[in-house]
Amino acid sequence: MLKIIKPGLLTTVQDLGRTGYRHHGVVSSGAMDRNAHRIANWLVGNNESNATLEMTLMGPIIEVQEDALVAITGADLSPTIFGKPIANNRPIFLKKGSIIHFDRMKRGCRAYLAIGGGINVPKVMNSRSTDLRAKLGGYHGRSLVAEDILYIRKYSEHTKHTISHLRNQANQIDDFYQADWSVGRVSKIDNTYPIRVMKGRQFDWFTKESQASLVNKQFRITAASNRMGYRLDGNKLSQLKSQEMISEAVRFGTVQVPSDGNPIVLMADSQTTGGYPKIAEVATVDLSRLAQKKPGDMIDFTWITHKEAEQLLIKQEREMKQLLVGVQLRSYR
Amino acid sequence: MEYKLSPMGDQSILIELGNTIDLATHDIVQHVVTCLDSMDHAWIIEYIPAFTSITVIYDPVQVLEIEANPFKSPYHIVANIIEEQIQQIAVLETKKQRTIEIPVLYGGEYGPDISIVAEHNHLTIEEVISFHTAGEYTVYMIGFAPGFPYIGGLPKRIATPRKTTPRSVTPARSVGIAGEQTGVYSIESPGGWQVIGRTPLELFQPNDPEPTLLQTGDKIKFKSVTKEVYDHLEAKLC
Repeated sequence: MLKIIKPGLLTTVQDLGRTGYRHHGVVSSGAMDRNAHRIANWLVGNNESNATLEMTLMGPIIEVQEDALVAITGADLSPTIFGKPIANNRPIFLKKGSIIHFDRMKRGCRAYLAIGGGINVPKVMNSRSTDLRAKLGGYHGRSLVAEDILYIRKYSEHTKHTISHLRNQANQIDDFYQADWSVGRVSKIDNTYPIRVMKGRQFDWFTKESQASLVNKQFRITAASNRMGYRLDGNKLSQLKSQEMISEAVRFGTVQVPSDGNPIVLMADSQTTGGYPKIAEVATVDLSRLAQKKPGDMIDFTWITHKEAEQLLIKQEREMKQLLVGVQLRSYR
Repeated sequence: MEYKLSPMGDQSILIELGNTIDLATHDIVQHVVTCLDSMDHAWIIEYIPAFTSITVIYDPVQVLEIEANPFKSPYHIVANIIEEQIQQIAVLETKKQRTIEIPVLYGGEYGPDISIVAEHNHLTIEEVISFHTAGEYTVYMIGFAPGFPYIGGLPKRIATPRKTTPRSVTPARSVGIAGEQTGVYSIESPGGWQVIGRTPLELFQPNDPEPTLLQTGDKIKFKSVTKEVYDHLEAKLC
């Protein structure tokens, strides 16, 4: 059982999203940084589709009211337990009564807290994700507030094994015990290279200058950005002529341009359909990196081909699979 | 049947079936939806029909695992399979269309803008109601919000522009007019539609196996009901 003492800026229950209902107009939602969410689940022996907590910019304070196995991934929110720092990207055994204190983010934008067993909220339309706009799923369809109580689902064999292993290593006096290994490279937030985009369906509707400036100039993520979309400014994009578009599907990663010329990158809570021309689509491999950018940050884009995006995704999934196998081997060693 | 396939990002393919919003294009979209319904590939995640297109979302990693083919990209494999299916659509068979009757209490506190619609079109309120209930409507698309239908078929005689300043809250189940469209708010949300009435029917119930009342392709009839009937239906449905 987890008790929320302070909720932080925006803490929500998320999983891999609500699929199969987009033709009903229901948005996908789900973790913004899917990779961080998946890795957090793997570290505590959960299936990647279990629910985690997504914590944004300013983290919560959470009391763990039973012995538990947790892992934190994604942004660095300087987590501590009774003043002692704990590390991201590794399994941590916590004794009943431990209080995890997250702080202001040092790096990135969103951190994920997974707990062995997974967070037990009812599935709505086959998902535990919170849809903030439709007020459904997650914990009563809203972000968490103080005094909320979250229950934990049944442990997997992997979770049970890791708990007993770490419990044996903990001293009588320790409140927690961190595994002596962590996952490395794949989970690092890397801002050293641009966000890769493919041409969007209406790319040809834009002037040559705008097509070029999407990748030659920098954009800033404005304060009016949220889980639905990042509103960018700094560089207006214009169309060759004004033409009305017939609404069609949009999704997480679509870069659409309303008539004011300031692009919007649609994120995890993207609406299902839209009527603004789409100049670009973010490569799926870069969505996790994009999710770790926050209002005020700058974005550079660079073009890649559709084929390159596919190959990068296939390569990334191969690495993720290896990482999962690695985590399982470490946990059972 | 003419169609064009193109990628939308690295996990979706968009099937374009026309470039005007009309019943003929809508029927073609529905034929292709029926065709996609019959496809049973584990890599198809879902698809989203719109006015003139359908977007199929797929899992490229699963495409490669299941349809092992070292020479092609996931997109090309998916495009080939979809193309073969579409070309097999010989007789244009559509899912059996449902007709759904939507009871509406017009005017009064639930339809505060009905007099605006009447004035704009130089009609009486009774005439607005009889035009609205006489229309033959089709759900072209579900989008904007869960269960929100884009409905075509509004008689031009009662078409009315949107409000210049949108309401910050339009209650769920409000029936409105925006230009030549009519619609029903599935959930409470801001909006600029002229609200002419309200239905006791819920359009979106997330815990139902079929969460939305309406689906793309449904035919709709609006029926004017009295306050007594409205209250009775609302009480029964709650």
